[in-house]
Amino acid sequence: MLELAIKGSKKYYAWVAFLMAVIGIGFLVYLKQLSFGLGITGLSRDVSWGFYIANFTFLVGVAAGGVMVVLPYYLHDYKAFGKITILGEFLAIAALVMCITFVVVDLGQPMRVFNTLLYPSPGSILFWDIVVLQGYLFLNLVIGWNVLEAERNGTHYQAWVKPLIFLSIPWAVSIHTVTAFLYAGLPGRGFWMTAIMAPRFLSSAFAAGPALLILLSLFIRRVTKFDPGREQIQSLAKIVAYAICINVFFFLCEVFTAFYSNIPEHMDHIKYLFAGLHGKGSLVPWMWTSYSLMIISIILLVNPITRKHEGVLAFACVTVFVGTWIDKGLGMISGGFVPNPMHQVTEYAPTIPEILITLGVYGIGALVLTILYKMSVAVKEEVAA
Amino acid sequence: MEDSRRRFLMLAGISAVGLTAKPVLDAFAAEQKQHPTIGLKKAKDALTAKQWGMVIDTRNFHSADDLEPIIEACHKTHNVPSIENEHHEVKWIWEEHFHNAFPGLAQKYQDERTEHAPFLALCNHCENPPCCRVCPTKATFKRESDGIVLMDFHRCIGCRFCMAACPYGSRSFNFRDPRPFIEETNKSFPTRMKGVVEKCNFCAERLAVGKLPACAEASDGAIVFGDLYDPASEVRELLRTNYTIRRKQGLGTEPAVYYIV
Amino acid sequence: MSDKKLIIAGVVIFVALIAFPFWFNMGKAAPAPELKLTEHAKTANDGKCVMPVDYMKAEHMQLLDVWRHSVVRNAERTFVNTSGKEFNMSLSNTCLDCHSNKADFCDRCHNYASVRPYCWDCHIDNPKETE
Repeated sequence: MLELAIKGSKKYYAWVAFLMAVIGIGFLVYLKQLSFGLGITGLSRDVSWGFYIANFTFLVGVAAGGVMVVLPYYLHDYKAFGKITILGEFLAIAALVMCITFVVVDLGQPMRVFNTLLYPSPGSILFWDIVVLQGYLFLNLVIGWNVLEAERNGTHYQAWVKPLIFLSIPWAVSIHTVTAFLYAGLPGRGFWMTAIMAPRFLSSAFAAGPALLILLSLFIRRVTKFDPGREQIQSLAKIVAYAICINVFFFLCEVFTAFYSNIPEHMDHIKYLFAGLHGKGSLVPWMWTSYSLMIISIILLVNPITRKHEGVLAFACVTVFVGTWIDKGLGMISGGFVPNPMHQVTEYAPTIPEILITLGVYGIGALVLTILYKMSVAVKEEVAA
Repeated sequence: MEDSRRRFLMLAGISAVGLTAKPVLDAFAAEQKQHPTIGLKKAKDALTAKQWGMVIDTRNFHSADDLEPIIEACHKTHNVPSIENEHHEVKWIWEEHFHNAFPGLAQKYQDERTEHAPFLALCNHCENPPCCRVCPTKATFKRESDGIVLMDFHRCIGCRFCMAACPYGSRSFNFRDPRPFIEETNKSFPTRMKGVVEKCNFCAERLAVGKLPACAEASDGAIVFGDLYDPASEVRELLRTNYTIRRKQGLGTEPAVYYIV
Repeated sequence: MSDKKLIIAGVVIFVALIAFPFWFNMGKAAPAPELKLTEHAKTANDGKCVMPVDYMKAEHMQLLDVWRHSVVRNAERTFVNTSGKEFNMSLSNTCLDCHSNKADFCDRCHNYASVRPYCWDCHIDNPKETE
């Protein structure tokens, strides 16, 4: 099927070439990081994880979000989604490729990465994160590929794929749960030490993932002969609406717990993010932007009139995606590290090399997604013709 | 010792099967006849304990100048670089204010002495170390034999999970090659390379040859080092006769560094 | 099939390319390096290394790996060799005590074999600064 991805218009090739350029630049800067060390990033002794790990966390969510089309179709027999499950699965693959790449570029000694397998440490959540992420990547590759191939051949996919599909549903939940546990189990980091960390992660995942899927569906409809379908997009929109509401609700739960209990260790992080602490607050405008975007998206998505208008819907999905990205990508990680365990404030901001490497990794994901989607759409067009 | 020998023989055996099998096997056969054992063991004069611990009598420290020689002794011994850029700073033992070292214990109306006194902060060599729990390669581990929380720099992949897990800010990461920032190299101790995490090792290399930690030695008796599990040890005697505090005790990490205030 | 010729030609080109290092370097093998021993290495411990020379030549990396594992993780720093002699397991302080000529001892062979061990990124390679 891969041959379908090398037949395309000039625009398609231009897009692929553009992505290759972005990846190339990212790679060159990464070589610099390899030779100099992580000192070229904005990371510090106090904020020891930053942009890479934040984007990794966010993208695990996007990957898990794909399950929102798989689950209704296979568990509730919601037939409409049958048409677009492949989009959800392939989005998950692209997101997972980025996740794994982000973890690797974040390592100080990447050539030793296989030490995680050589000295497996089941006590470490990172070990389990590697296991579930690789597993989910594998599941989606096998399922997506087989189902698409069967569709192309006009047959039903093999019987052994079905159990894997059922397995992939709880597995999607597990990848983001385990990723949340990376943070939630650490003593002395009040901001992360919350039992609703995993639920919060999942709610933002089920908002951001399907929101991106809607945008991709609208794009596919415009540029190809394959129409993911109005009903499908509207159903996804409802999922996004519920998920983003729950996400904001969970955040308010955190605010209540921290501020009503009045425990400084829990309040200080939220104060730093939304008001600044010890006179430092570079993230304050970002965080207010993030939550404003989420509130706007709730208004637009819950209201059926605005939701049903696809132009407005597309805008709402952008606000969901950007809002959750700022919340998880900038706030969640920095918020946990600031103030540090000694209650000092060291701020973090990504540097330009760090951003270029990050863009390079996004380029890899976009390239994988482009190829996989090109293939799927070509099969859909072929079958329809 | 048993474990090590088995590992050694295993490795020797595996490698012997390789390209160089003949000379190696010959060498082994010849040597085995005379003296059948190869061994790995502790040096005779090594200091041992079940759980090393430290009591710092902060009453002896009045200003930063009092801590300076202690910090310097440690950092010189272990080739700790002095990097100006605060973001990339590496430190094994350093000075903190009381309210930073003991955020939960700082009083609203603090007595003047502790308010202004300098406090030493270092790795607590916790009995339940969160850093070791999270390490995906066991590169940082709690040594069974003496309770020291150690780093295996050969194995560390630089994921920095341990830095997120440590509630004491005791860990530093080598954001760049540290060598240009070491003014005077102690040639009998290695440096580190970029991309690994490092921290205080309770002077494991000195204990192995019968010496006390460098900080204790430089402290004029203000830092006492010993076995926390030995009721007859000097540290236990100090803990019996003085009121002591530990950093963030409420987290259940069981720090092995105690402070007399 | 008409593609037969193409396939065979393709395979031949592929094999030729893959084998490039072999045919390119044929007959150009560099002479085996000659290692220099310091006077200290010749006399200390009756000129014997911690293990027999043949073993050391072939397996010193495995031995060093066992040493580092033992020292770092098990707190056992003394190595007892097959003749019952004891050594402090330290790359910088024991190995390089005799072999203080890293450039003429370690590096020559490592360069010849084109291996670049990064031991020296951390371990001091001139403990005595001799020669």
